[in-house]
Amino acid sequence: MTAFDTTVIEAAASPATGLSATLKHARHVVTGNPITGFSFTLFILLLVCALFGPYLVPYDPLATNTVVALKPPSLHHLMGTDQLGRDLLSRVVVATRLDMEVAIFSVALVFVLGGISGIAAGYFGGWTDRLVGRLSDTIMAFPLFVLAMGIVAALGNTVTNIIIATAIINYPLYVRIARAEANVRRNAGFVQAARLSGNGEFRILLMQILPNILPIMMVQMSLTMGYAILNAAGLSFIGLGVRPPTPEWGIMVAEGAAFIVSGEWWIALFPGLALMLAVFCFNMLGDGLRDIVDPQRRT
Amino acid sequence: MASIVLKRLATAIPSLIGVIFVSFLLTRVLPGDTASYFAGPAATPQAIAEVRKQLGLDKSLPEQFARYVADLAHGDLGNSLTTGRPVVAEIANRLPASGELTLLGLLIALTIAVPLGILAAIREGLWIDHVCRVIVTTGVSLPVFFTGLLLVYVFYFQLGWSPAPLGRLDVFYSAPPQVTGFYVVDSLIARDFETFRAAFAQLILPAATLAIFSLAPLARITRGSMLAVMGSDFVRTARASGLTPKTVILTYAFRNAMLPVVTTLGMVFSFLLGANVLVEKVFAWPGIGSYAVEALLASDYAPVQGFVLAMAVLYVALNLMIDLLYGVIDPRVRLEA
Amino acid sequence: MLDVVHQPLLDIRDLTVEFATRRGTVTAVRNIDISANKGETLGIVGESGSGKSVTSFAVMRILDRAGRIAGGSVTFSGIDLRAASDRDMGDMRGREISMIFQNPRAALNPIRKVGYQIEDVLLRHVQAVPANVKEKAIDILKQVRIARPEERYHAYPFELSGGMCQRIVIAIALACRPQLLIADEPTTGLDVTTQKAVMELVVELTHKRGMSTVLITHDLGLAAAYCDRVVVMRKGEVVETAPSDIIFNSPAHAYTRKLMRATPRPGATLRDLLDEERPARKPTSVQADGRPLLKITDLVKEYARQGVTKSMAQLFGRKASAVDEQPFRAVDGISFEIMRGQSVGLVGESGCGKSTTSMMAMRLLDPTSGSIVLDGEDIGAIPARKFAKLPARKRIQMVFQDPTDSLNPRFTAMRAIADPILRLGGISGRDALRARCEELAQLVGLPRHLLDRFPHQLSGGQKARVGIARAIALHPELVILDEPTAALDVSVQAIVLNLLDELKARFGMSYLFVSHDLHVVRLLCDHVIVMKSGRIVEQGSAEQVLEAPQDEYTRELIAAIPHPPV
Repeated sequence: MTAFDTTVIEAAASPATGLSATLKHARHVVTGNPITGFSFTLFILLLVCALFGPYLVPYDPLATNTVVALKPPSLHHLMGTDQLGRDLLSRVVVATRLDMEVAIFSVALVFVLGGISGIAAGYFGGWTDRLVGRLSDTIMAFPLFVLAMGIVAALGNTVTNIIIATAIINYPLYVRIARAEANVRRNAGFVQAARLSGNGEFRILLMQILPNILPIMMVQMSLTMGYAILNAAGLSFIGLGVRPPTPEWGIMVAEGAAFIVSGEWWIALFPGLALMLAVFCFNMLGDGLRDIVDPQRRT
Repeated sequence: MASIVLKRLATAIPSLIGVIFVSFLLTRVLPGDTASYFAGPAATPQAIAEVRKQLGLDKSLPEQFARYVADLAHGDLGNSLTTGRPVVAEIANRLPASGELTLLGLLIALTIAVPLGILAAIREGLWIDHVCRVIVTTGVSLPVFFTGLLLVYVFYFQLGWSPAPLGRLDVFYSAPPQVTGFYVVDSLIARDFETFRAAFAQLILPAATLAIFSLAPLARITRGSMLAVMGSDFVRTARASGLTPKTVILTYAFRNAMLPVVTTLGMVFSFLLGANVLVEKVFAWPGIGSYAVEALLASDYAPVQGFVLAMAVLYVALNLMIDLLYGVIDPRVRLEA
Repeated sequence: MLDVVHQPLLDIRDLTVEFATRRGTVTAVRNIDISANKGETLGIVGESGSGKSVTSFAVMRILDRAGRIAGGSVTFSGIDLRAASDRDMGDMRGREISMIFQNPRAALNPIRKVGYQIEDVLLRHVQAVPANVKEKAIDILKQVRIARPEERYHAYPFELSGGMCQRIVIAIALACRPQLLIADEPTTGLDVTTQKAVMELVVELTHKRGMSTVLITHDLGLAAAYCDRVVVMRKGEVVETAPSDIIFNSPAHAYTRKLMRATPRPGATLRDLLDEERPARKPTSVQADGRPLLKITDLVKEYARQGVTKSMAQLFGRKASAVDEQPFRAVDGISFEIMRGQSVGLVGESGCGKSTTSMMAMRLLDPTSGSIVLDGEDIGAIPARKFAKLPARKRIQMVFQDPTDSLNPRFTAMRAIADPILRLGGISGRDALRARCEELAQLVGLPRHLLDRFPHQLSGGQKARVGIARAIALHPELVILDEPTAALDVSVQAIVLNLLDELKARFGMSYLFVSHDLHVVRLLCDHVIVMKSGRIVEQGSAEQVLEAPQDEYTRELIAAIPHPPV
């Protein structure tokens, strides 16, 4: 709407030179916006907990000690203890690994499957488009969490199946994004120019279309990570996937739920907060990623 | 008009077929021996063989599918192992509980989210915009079951304002005579204000949980859509013509901004129907969600499959209505076909 | 006492407008003085970034959030517009001062009937009451020459053509009989015949009512044809203000002279468009080879109509009408030739099939029937998909219309230019490639250091040069240019056109120049083909078609183009 075109000003910038410029811009984005900086720090923290959690925690997450059961947060147990006397802090930290694993694997899976089928559908059209569209529509016809429940019920109550179920329910979203991006670019000027330069269709797909779609898909991946964590936690909350005594945030909240009504709030609160922070982190990271990879914003 | 409705119905049919097909697949993918799952852990080999014959598992796959569809047409979703009653009857029985909860939650969410989103858009950068963005950002990160538990802790345990989260009505009260199945509505119809208050008190926390859950995406899409529309060329024309701010916002901007919101409602419903299951568990709400969860944990598969199918059919119907609503607002969809 | 008659209606004094951007405050308009008198038509001309639109938005006080008036005054009919309250401004907009914009369909509410949109304005400014407002709205529709106004009252914008939408926009703007109309690029994007109709309508209505008009445009021809006085702006400043005939015949300022010179007009040659003194070059002569380079015979492109309409009609028991049955012919049997060294112009309005024709000649699109023969080789028979890998691909290349869209945002300029060389040019090895790209950059006048930049860091003219360098990288024999200068400022266009001409002479290439701008075609082409509705209505030498057109449509087309006085 503005009559004033700010891109004219921004065009007179210094040239970008590959990786170093990207990193510089990344740093600029991360430090510029405090929330992005905060979520980046949080992300590092999550990674550390996931990778090194079991070695860092003060207590064995599985060790029960009924003597100290249901103790509120104190110096000995920073997050308190649960009904079996297990240290909550240790359990929350160690649980990071499982939730992150589920999120990462399901997102990676759906990125590959959804990305490939979406790009093929958008670029080639025809039967590919119709088939992928049908599949996507069929999945979308179900309320997604309900479908996940059904898939886990059918395939069996294991963590692997939770990963598969989460990937399946996110498939339509990735297909839609990949397809839309490929479709828009299918006959763009630079793609026509590439054909004129002697590029075959597959080469164009790989060298011209994919690099332009990848950033958008990456942003989506970050956002989906958050959703995947919520989904997995939700399934665990109702008793699917993870079995006690394995520490996992969703199942810990479920265990703590019984004690809320009697006032022992810490058992459910800390895993719930951890969930919330993890999801928040990935959502904000997605927004920050968008700023980094969008070439329009580069200087 | 009728032709448009028919056309939309026609597009829903492939969805229904897909849903039925996938449901059928899910019934057949069970690990191990399907028949023994349906017969239950305590069944004798004879009983299992009976069940196998009953389910038609000894026939070929296309035949099984035909039987499945035929059963559906008769409203037969199998029987629950734990209660022995037909799944269809139990779902129908519990549906109003879930319906009451979801509808009230959505209503609250819409009444807050839409005005909030609009205000945030027209007062971009001011305090209300920041409030909206904070609500959206935290809202999408909060697990719905966590919100429910927090509400229980604050309003029941600490403040004592809410009754115990033990279902739809306290033991002292009995359900009002059934008209809609919604306790709050039926008790008003029966002019039983005591029961109304009791039912509403039980309903408010779970409904608020669902409301908080759907608030975030709705506010986000309303704000985003409104912002986009306010920056559009035709709003510029309206302003350049001197139309009052109220006309510009309501007649020109709002109606156009609602189009993406209506489209998003479909997605919100998808999330809501899923969140329903979790909220029912937290509040011990006797709806179809908790029905399915209980059955799932008891390895009682017929109710779970019936639940998935019922929810999917319901969702297809909801999407159909949303499509029709969209067609009412946007003449381009009506006239261009 | 000041004679009221000599007070300008709109008086802008020392106006400065600033925008807050991510990079700090930017001054879009700096200390400008502009005035429009009662009853006159004032033109504000300038290239992109001149601030002409920003000025009008500031007057109407519809700048967006990031913009603000930092200094100066705006007086309308004695009223200080800067100091006016929001409510007073709301009263004035639409009733005293109106504005119309470019892109008319987007300027109308897509889900509201056009009749209601007119009524909204009438009711707001109390020019009608609910009882008689519909009647008034229909009356206004008649005044803007909308046929069947009672019916069209109920129409939605998507059901109307671009020209009709602009008429509705004008109707809304003039409904309350304002004193001043600001028209911001009102004809951009419209066909030239529609442009003429719209401008004539505006002139008729405003003159009839003694209104003042401010016409903002980058098209000097338009300004010359319709304005009494002209203000020339450049980079946020007013460069010159003078009556129309002085501006166009004896401009005072160097920039104005440069703009005038750069505008394609009858009687000027390509060289005349540039501002430097250059030695006159021999005009390029057509090679008398005899054999055509490209020969197109009975070319047809059909598209099946939306199958849905027909099948849905049958579903409801109605017989599909004849129109539903027939496929749509974008190109309906055309034949022409391009000789070696010749420059052929393909002109027509939107929807005439010229772009489809050029796509087929490029072998990016397959024809439905007909032949495309390149130097004796039938390339039409080879499917587009396979053509990319053949050696014949090198012989025909293209320069695209939109320089932004035709460059991969993730490729540097060098990578974009190198692409055809890598695939078909047989040069590999980084140094050899770099050397070749630098050579090409020099040929097209692109500074070498820009080769490492990304498209979003280049200006429109620079991007156009990259596109040209890429197109000539393989020394093609035929280059198809699809409106290559349409998105460029007129001064940049002058340079690019001359560049294209030089390159053609240097390498002996043939051009197929697709355009809707007849002046540009006149400058660059020897031979002209006029298309309408998928058919060729006239073709011949440039002089003959443009000076002595035989066909009615061609005459109409030429008459519709506004041009500065010769």
